[in-house]
Amino acid sequence: MNRFATLIDRLAYEPRRNAKLILLRDYFASTHDTERGYALAALTGSLSFKNAKPALIRTLVSARTDPVLFGLSYDFIGDLSETAALIWPAAARPHDDVPEHPSLSTVVETLATLGKAELPNRLAAWLDALDETGRWALLKLITGGLRIGVSARLAKTAIAALGPHAPDAIEDVWHGVSPPYRELFAWAEGRGPRPEHSDPAPFRPVMLAHAIEDSDFDTLDAKDFVAEWKWDGIRVQAVSAADEDGRIVTRLYSRTGDDISNAFPDLAEALAGINAAIDGELLIIRDGAVQDFNTLQKRLNRTAVTAKMVQDFPAAIRAYDLLFADGRDWREAPFGERRARLNQIVREHGSARLELSPLVPFGTWDELRAARRDPAALGADAKAIEGVMLKRADSAYLPGRPKGYWYKWKRDPFTVDAVLMYAQRGHGKRSSFYSDYTFGVWRTGPHGDELVPVGKAYFGFTDAELRQIDAFVRRNTTNRFGPVREVTHTPDEGLVFEVAFEGLSRSTRHKSGLAMRFPRIARLRWDKPPREADRIDALETLADGAAMRLAVPSETDERIIE
Amino acid sequence: MRAYRASIPAGKAYLWGMRPTDLLKVLPEGLYCPSADVFIDPVRPVARALITHGHSDHARAGHGAVLATPETLAIMSVRYGANFAGSTQAVGYGESVTLGDTKFRFVPAGHVLGSAQILVEAGPLRIVVSGDYKRAADPTCAAFEVVPCDVFVTEATFGLPVFRHPPLSDEVQKLLHSLAQFPQQTHLIGAYALGKAQRLMALIRQAGYEKPIYIHGALENLTRLYQAHGIDLGEIRKISPGDGALAGEIVICPPSAIQDRWTRRFADPITAFASGWMRIRARARQRGVELPLVVSDHADWDDLCRTIQETGAHEIWVTHGAEDALVHWCHVQGLRAQPLHMVGYGDEGEAEPPLAQESGLL
Repeated sequence: MNRFATLIDRLAYEPRRNAKLILLRDYFASTHDTERGYALAALTGSLSFKNAKPALIRTLVSARTDPVLFGLSYDFIGDLSETAALIWPAAARPHDDVPEHPSLSTVVETLATLGKAELPNRLAAWLDALDETGRWALLKLITGGLRIGVSARLAKTAIAALGPHAPDAIEDVWHGVSPPYRELFAWAEGRGPRPEHSDPAPFRPVMLAHAIEDSDFDTLDAKDFVAEWKWDGIRVQAVSAADEDGRIVTRLYSRTGDDISNAFPDLAEALAGINAAIDGELLIIRDGAVQDFNTLQKRLNRTAVTAKMVQDFPAAIRAYDLLFADGRDWREAPFGERRARLNQIVREHGSARLELSPLVPFGTWDELRAARRDPAALGADAKAIEGVMLKRADSAYLPGRPKGYWYKWKRDPFTVDAVLMYAQRGHGKRSSFYSDYTFGVWRTGPHGDELVPVGKAYFGFTDAELRQIDAFVRRNTTNRFGPVREVTHTPDEGLVFEVAFEGLSRSTRHKSGLAMRFPRIARLRWDKPPREADRIDALETLADGAAMRLAVPSETDERIIE
Repeated sequence: MRAYRASIPAGKAYLWGMRPTDLLKVLPEGLYCPSADVFIDPVRPVARALITHGHSDHARAGHGAVLATPETLAIMSVRYGANFAGSTQAVGYGESVTLGDTKFRFVPAGHVLGSAQILVEAGPLRIVVSGDYKRAADPTCAAFEVVPCDVFVTEATFGLPVFRHPPLSDEVQKLLHSLAQFPQQTHLIGAYALGKAQRLMALIRQAGYEKPIYIHGALENLTRLYQAHGIDLGEIRKISPGDGALAGEIVICPPSAIQDRWTRRFADPITAFASGWMRIRARARQRGVELPLVVSDHADWDDLCRTIQETGAHEIWVTHGAEDALVHWCHVQGLRAQPLHMVGYGDEGEAEPPLAQESGLL
């Protein structure tokens, strides 16, 4: 447990992806099999401990500490697991009776079989044996809240770094292996055979697109490509097949391979028996009309799936591609062939929950540009479209983000002119820069016009622009709150950003009542006085569904950054 | 506390059977001993001051006469210039001076070089003003000595039971391990200029690290002073413009510099910070610290409690820090205890870093 604790302790503070990768790789390379296997399971969210609840931790700690001191400490720290880990008193015991630290394997294997009644004493004994970091890691682990900024993908990339295989190859076998992953490690280190799938409905790594650049149109031939709408939903992979006993297994995976079937039982049921693996977009489709992302989000935000929710927010899939069917891997086949077979499968299945995503007809790039600008003219649900996808007609389905096959050509973002209000220091390489910006727009307040914060952005600018903004923040600070500086924002003095974003929704969590999707700094408007920045009314109109542009950026200075 | 502040005329008649609050009073300037007409660690300029240690919140410039250990006087001289006080008098560890009817003895506090507890004695009454102190090993200063007393005046910087400082060797190993794992990155460590920085250097040397340790210019004078007092810190180099990015090297700087533009010269620096506050994750994150090193020059909770018990004091005064928890603990132990609510301490050294207040964003 100690080494695992040290690892996640370091990961929790480390902002750099590459450094995280090194920490993970070194840990996996120097830790023995069972232990590293459970660590991988913990990092990829493959473990769950049902009986360890915060209330239990509170009870255990309360029995061992002065309630006043515990209360003062909890107020000071604000995190139950951390407070409990730090305040846990050293057990009084003879010096030669130091209990052995539980290994991560011991913890995982014991908790798998331990009865609920035995848990408190067992947990207390472990807490006695561990140090502060070990206790913190144990409590975070069993209450399911590691939150250390490591994605499952990053953990798998670190596994790939142990040997000759690419991260996508690890993804490919991932759903056929289970904790503690002995055969996976053996294969990853070049010591054993490739693990074979025993899962009838495994996840297969998805193919991703590059954002298209203006210059790409000069080198790409429109005749080589087909286009599809890029729906604004959740990219999913739907897989349904029968296991050895003939039982049908149906799963919905996110594009990172998380099983999200439980959130959409209605959809999983409707897809049972397709006997294929399909790549598509999960959308809410009411009366044949695709709803926008805000509507989908209303279903995503609920923890429990109720019958009413299923009825009010019916989920469906618009299918893009075919990965597996008829007992064969279709990924090697060209897109055209895959699409033809997909068409048949969708038709034969005959469910309103599974539709083929239509192709966008075009002969030249200009025709496609026109279609992208006005999807409604072609009969598509424009509110749910975030652009078009270009796919080489002869391309195989390749995992990852290979160059030259698929391109996304997103709709122009919305933009708003907003005023910089607060700036916060960044992390890692940016720790000496004020690089996270809170910006606001004007509204009518009790004492006249005032700025209300509407969003936060920390990218979209170049390194040179970052230096300029940083210098501006330092010269125009009006107040300091720890790592945050308030920056001059009067009608006449301040810095205006052109902020690009993908959408807006109503939100009670924000002061302005609005939540911005994917905001980034598109341009610095040194030329513009803050009084000329936008007003909240315009954003509210947008949030309420008007498909208007606030300020349409010209095609040339459009900058879509991901 | 109100009752204690009731003023009682000073004079010999009260010497025997004197109450502790007759011997030491809380005034806006700091703790005051009327019978000797002297303040201890006053936060404003006064005529006569006894100084426990050289941190700027305890040792301020501009007093008339200053009495302190020779090391503390040297530190004040480096920080404020030779004319930091009208006159100075050095009192070594174990030595006593008598002012009026009151005797003052300076005893090592283990906090930083020259740090002292001051035993205030009037007849049978003994009050120990401990200043800031720690019990953990420190190769750069004399170790804390327990002085039996009636009243123990203690700090409570880390006066919550969540503060238990880990073994120092673990923290230094964390640093050296990171250096081995990330040899292309500068390891930039924020450490308070007086005490922490030099203790950290000594600890790194104890762990066997032999390469030069680079320092920010603001640390130079105090580090040289430590060395001049015979403390071996190995090769310490002040950073010069020709040093380049210092990839894979250790650089120590004042905490205020770890996020300063000054750091842009280094090779993708890993930001470390040596402080007892690094025990708390949110504190480390607020400061953008990537490698928190829990190294403190203050007593942790267990040592605060242990020290109170070992002094045998029946009454505890808590100067600054998390007073509530420590006072509560004392009461549970059956000891009289009160917070002195002293203002002005905790500005240097391991003062609690400013909280990132809710700035009302979004």
